[in-house]
This record gives sequence, C-alpha cells and structure tokens, in this order.
Amino acid sequence: MTKIKSLADLKKMKSDLQSQISIRQKSENPEGRTLIRIGMGTSGIASGAKQVMEFLMDELEKRNVDAIVTQVGDMGYSYADPTVEVTVPGKDPLVFGDVTIKKADDIIEKYIKNGELLDGIIPVNYETIDKK
Amino acid sequence: MHMLVCGGTGCRASASDMLYESLKKEVQDNNLENEVQVVTTGCFGFCEKGPIVKMIPDNTFYVSVEPKDAKELVAEHALKGRKVNRLLYVDPTNKEQISDSKHMGFYKKQIRIALRNCGLINPENIEEYLAADGYEAMGKVLLEMTPEEAIKVVLDSGLRGRGGGGFPTGLKWQIASKNEADQKYVVCNADEGDPGAFMDRSILEGDPHTVLEAMVINGYCIGATKGLIYIRAEYPLAIQRLKIAIGQAREFGLLGTDILGSGFDFDVEIRYGAGAFVCGEETALIHSMEGERGEPTFKPPFPAQSGYLGKPTNVNNVETYANIPVIINKGAEWFSSIGTEKSKGTKVFALAGKINNVGLIEVPMGITLREVIYEIGGGIKGGKKFKAVQTGGPSGGCLTEKHLDIPIDFDNLIAAGSMMGSGGMIVMDEDDCMVAVAKFYLEFTVEESCGKCSPCRVGNKRLHEQLDLITKGKATMEDLDKLKNLSNVIKDTSLCGLGQTSPNPVLSTMENFYDEYVAHVTDHRCPSGVCKDLIRYEVIAENCVGCTACARNCPVNCISGERKQVHLIDQVLCIKCGACLEKCKFNAIAVI
Repeated sequence: MTKIKSLADLKKMKSDLQSQISIRQKSENPEGRTLIRIGMGTSGIASGAKQVMEFLMDELEKRNVDAIVTQVGDMGYSYADPTVEVTVPGKDPLVFGDVTIKKADDIIEKYIKNGELLDGIIPVNYETIDKK
Repeated sequence: MHMLVCGGTGCRASASDMLYESLKKEVQDNNLENEVQVVTTGCFGFCEKGPIVKMIPDNTFYVSVEPKDAKELVAEHALKGRKVNRLLYVDPTNKEQISDSKHMGFYKKQIRIALRNCGLINPENIEEYLAADGYEAMGKVLLEMTPEEAIKVVLDSGLRGRGGGGFPTGLKWQIASKNEADQKYVVCNADEGDPGAFMDRSILEGDPHTVLEAMVINGYCIGATKGLIYIRAEYPLAIQRLKIAIGQAREFGLLGTDILGSGFDFDVEIRYGAGAFVCGEETALIHSMEGERGEPTFKPPFPAQSGYLGKPTNVNNVETYANIPVIINKGAEWFSSIGTEKSKGTKVFALAGKINNVGLIEVPMGITLREVIYEIGGGIKGGKKFKAVQTGGPSGGCLTEKHLDIPIDFDNLIAAGSMMGSGGMIVMDEDDCMVAVAKFYLEFTVEESCGKCSPCRVGNKRLHEQLDLITKGKATMEDLDKLKNLSNVIKDTSLCGLGQTSPNPVLSTMENFYDEYVAHVTDHRCPSGVCKDLIRYEVIAENCVGCTACARNCPVNCISGERKQVHLIDQVLCIKCGACLEKCKFNAIAVI
C-alpha cells in the first residue's frame, strides 16, 4: 500500500473513495437527489433505452453527478421513445423524448448541471393518482 | 445496492456474523456480487431489535433479522425490489410498520456527531473512513494550523469531557501544552466501567479511526509523540478492531514518522486493563498502565503536570475524542450552536432498564428526560408507570417524575442531585424498589473499591450492611439517620471520585423516595414487592380454580391442594421465587 504523504494526497484519495459510501450518506435524504426514470417497455428497449440507461449510469458516476437511475415501465409516449423522465429536487418532473446517447449527454451537462431546457420536452398530459 | 449489517457486540450476540455470511452467500448464489455489496458496520444504536440490516439506497431498516431470513431478503429485496414486510419495524404505539429509519421515533430527535460513522462505514476498512472525511481534520491541523490555533478551536467549541467529570477539553489541552518536558503522552481512556453504559465500546467497534485521528491531533496540540489507549480486556471486539485500525493507519502513513509530510511523529499503542471500575479514574488508570496497582493518588499533581512515567499526560475519554475531528472540520461555532449555554454539543446515552427501545442514542444537550424516555425510548415497557431514571451509574443519582422536563446538561443534572457520568440511563418502573436499587449500586462500589482509603473501603461496606438490614425489615428509624450521616462523611473524606460519589445513589433515593425507606423500616413492607424478606405470596381463594399449575411449577414443592380445590402456600418452605405468580392464569396469587 502506498503511503499518504501529503494533504493533497489525502484529499485526492478521499475524492477517489467517496463514491463508495456517498450512496449511504445520501440515503438519509432521498428527496434531495435527482431522480431519473427511463421508460423500459418493449418499445423503449427496441428503440435503444437500454443503451441510454447504461450510458447514464456510467457517466453520472464518472462525472460525479448525484442521481438515482431507475427503470420504469412504458410511459405511454411510444411516438417519442426512448423516453427519460428527470426530477431535479425542487422542480417538476420533465420528460424528454427521443433520447439518444448524444441527448442523454446533454441532459446531464445542460439540464441537470445547469438547468438549461432542451428540445424535445414532452408536455405532461396526465396526472398521477397521488396528486389527485 | 449496499446491505449494511450491524456488527456491534449486541447484534453479534444474536448471530449477526452468521447473518452476514448467509447474506454474502445468497448474493453470490444469485450472481449479484457486482450489484450488491454486503458490509459489516458498527452499532446502529437500536440494540433492542437487533440484528439490524439496513438497505441502501432506499434506506429500508430491517429489525430482528435472523440468518435464515437471508434468502428471502436477497430474493425479495435485492432481486425483486420488494420490501420484506414481516421484518420491518413496527411502531409500538400505533402498530404501524415503518420502513425507514428516518421516520422512526427512535432516530427523530437524535443528532449523531460522535456516532456519525457507526452504522455507516465498515470499521475494518480504512478506505471507508477516508471516504467519510477521515483524517481530513488531522491533515488540516498538522499542516495548516499551529498547536495554539487548534487548541483554541477546541476551547471555543465548549466541548467538555464526556467521561463523567465534564472538564473543558480545550482547557485540559492548554494546561498540558504549557508544561515543558522531553516527552509527553496522550492517553485515551477506554475503561468504560459504569454498569449499563456501552457508548465507548460502540464507538471503538464502529469507528476506531476517529479516535486515532483525534489522538494525533491531541498529540500535536500538546507536543506529545506517543499515544496510549487504555482499554479493558473484556472488550475483545473493540480491541480487535482497534488493532486492525492501528495497523491500517500505519500502513497508510497516517501514524508513524513525518505524518503527511508535516514533520510530526506520532504512534499509538494499546494497554489492557483488567476491568476495574476505579481504573477509569485518571490517576489510577495511569498507575495501572505503569504496571502498578490500579489505585488513585492525590491530585495535585495532575496528570497534565506529572502523569504516565512522571511525564505530562493528557487523558481524554473515547466519546470526547470522537467529537474532535468534527469540531475541527466544521468549526467551533457550529459545534457550540448545538446544546445549552454551558454544555455544548451532544451526549451519547445508553438506554437500559424498563424501556421499550433499549439502545444507544446521541441527543443534543438540553433535551428533556421526557423526550428521551417517551419519544426516543418509546415509553415504559408493558405500559407501566414511570418511577425513576438512574443517570451517571453508581456515581449518579436518580431522577423522578418531577425532573422529567428539565433540560439535560452537566450542570442541571448535578443541581437535580444526579450527574451526567458517562451516560448510562437506567429506567425504572413502579415494580422497582428504590432501596433495592441503592443496595445494588452499593454492592457494586463495595466490590470495586480499591481499598486504599478507609472512608471508601470501610464506609461503603457499612452502607451496604445498613441497606441490607433495611431490605430485611430489621432496621430502625435511627438507622436511616445514620445512613445519611455516613453517606455524607464518605462523600467528604474519600480520596478519589469513586468514594466521593458512591453514596449518591443512597442520598438521592432517600431524598426522593423517603417514604419507601420508612415503609421498609416501620411497616416492614416493601411497597414494590421486591425485597424477599418483606413479602409473601398468598393464594386468593375466590380466584383459585385448582388448576394445579402453581403447584406443578413450584421448585420447592411448597404448594399443596387437590385438583379443583383451593391451593395453599406453605410460608415456611416458600423461597419467594415468584414462579407461581408467573404461571397462574387466574390472578389467584398475590404478593403481600
């Protein structure tokens, strides 16, 4: 094992290791995290949702963006699959349609990080039962 | 997904290590090694319902999990994402299942500073500690602060010693730093001796690195290069984890020479104690480490002037140390914003006795006993009536109904006739006899008195004898006055803290429950039905149906009677074990 020789080493080591347990520290406060739902019905998968999901999971971790990625069933917007719903804490959920790897990259960089809106947002056309 | 399995002593005693193995195996059998991480952590504090398993990231909190439940947990929770409802915690008041710890009454009022990593990280893996800001405070102090600056932060934080005395930690460091010597020592007092207190053990078991880190900081502040941890040999798991932690810290260069390139050297060694209560007193502790008898000596000289091997020595308790890294990282102002005017921060309490949620809690100073007992502790077991709570162990006193709403801190507890001590809280209900409780504590002090000074050696023995007479109904009212006088003499004349505080349980129970003492003496009656010589078991004729359950269970065969006839207890042979009372389904046995 290499010794830690300076404060800079220590800090670097910490940031490398942090992802190991950050999931535990943050679990106390699930509302404070970005939630990403990916529509993984048959049509979603057929149009590439799986690749988008894998890309998102890998890249979010690499870029140190704190978010929970989950797969959900078909959201009903089959005309725009793959569809991805993003809930940034404190904002209403937004659904993005026709998400490619390129667009997934924009979602991370532009929407999650900077709050910029992108093309291809699907207007919400229903309410969920828990809002009623 | 992470599965956190409690690896504290309490949960291990209910097979959490086997549970860990079973979970690991199930995860492997289902090919989930890459997705699910099974981790042993320190104590979650909710020992009442151990073993605990916590699922991350959804924060599901499973209680009383057995090794045989592993299969279902992995198959249902990990594979299918469904909660295993039968293992969730059930709120005792409204019988609702609660799936995550955030919504449990037990955790709602807690602020975990000293216990921050217990139940979060794997104590045997330094990398997890590093990821949780570990050794950052040490780096900051060694490289960016002078010893004076660091001492000032501790001083300004208002942190007071958590071992019992409540002496300001920063001041202690300042005094030790000013004494010149070629060698100084830093000692961690892990000789936790109060019956029922186990916070230090839990910290060492759950987060050993935090203590090492704080000791390095302490060493840098006072100019010591050697640290010693004095721990009782009866804490094998804590010792094992400490050893692993010390080994890893050395390997990473966080202990040893030229730590983090600062030019400061520091190393830590473990010294074992044999579990003597008096060795928690700092002078006795130091003598024990030197290989002498564990007996206290007169102060001054204080250890800060002449301690281990005659050198300036700073002794702090485990919980005190566990606060240090956070204080350095978050600042004195942050820490002093928690708590009351003269007692800052939090205190860990070990809840025990007749309370629903037995366990370890960390609460801000200034919380009331009522909140601790009824909200966090979930109230008294079996819906009985609260009678008293003993704080401060054998050195403390009892607090009653009228003290329920005072804010708990060092000074308020002393004003109420008790003390903070190391944080044991033993809750008593209407079935506890306060004379018997005082006798229990005196039994402990008689046993633990080192025998060096006569007030403690002889006086406590006499106190115990007097209490024994009272519980047997053989004392007079005069004896009660003697008891009080002797208690005050022992308090005033003993050499060390053990003797000076040992009569407290007697004095405070006499103060608050004098009528119970009087009942024992004048009526020869134990109002709570505890003292065996003053009670008898009788059959209530009109309730007895003659089922023979009592007679069959009596260990000395002193109950006679035919089937379907009223039974009779032979008072001469009866040993008052209470077995008949327990077995009777018809309320036909009474304690008189």
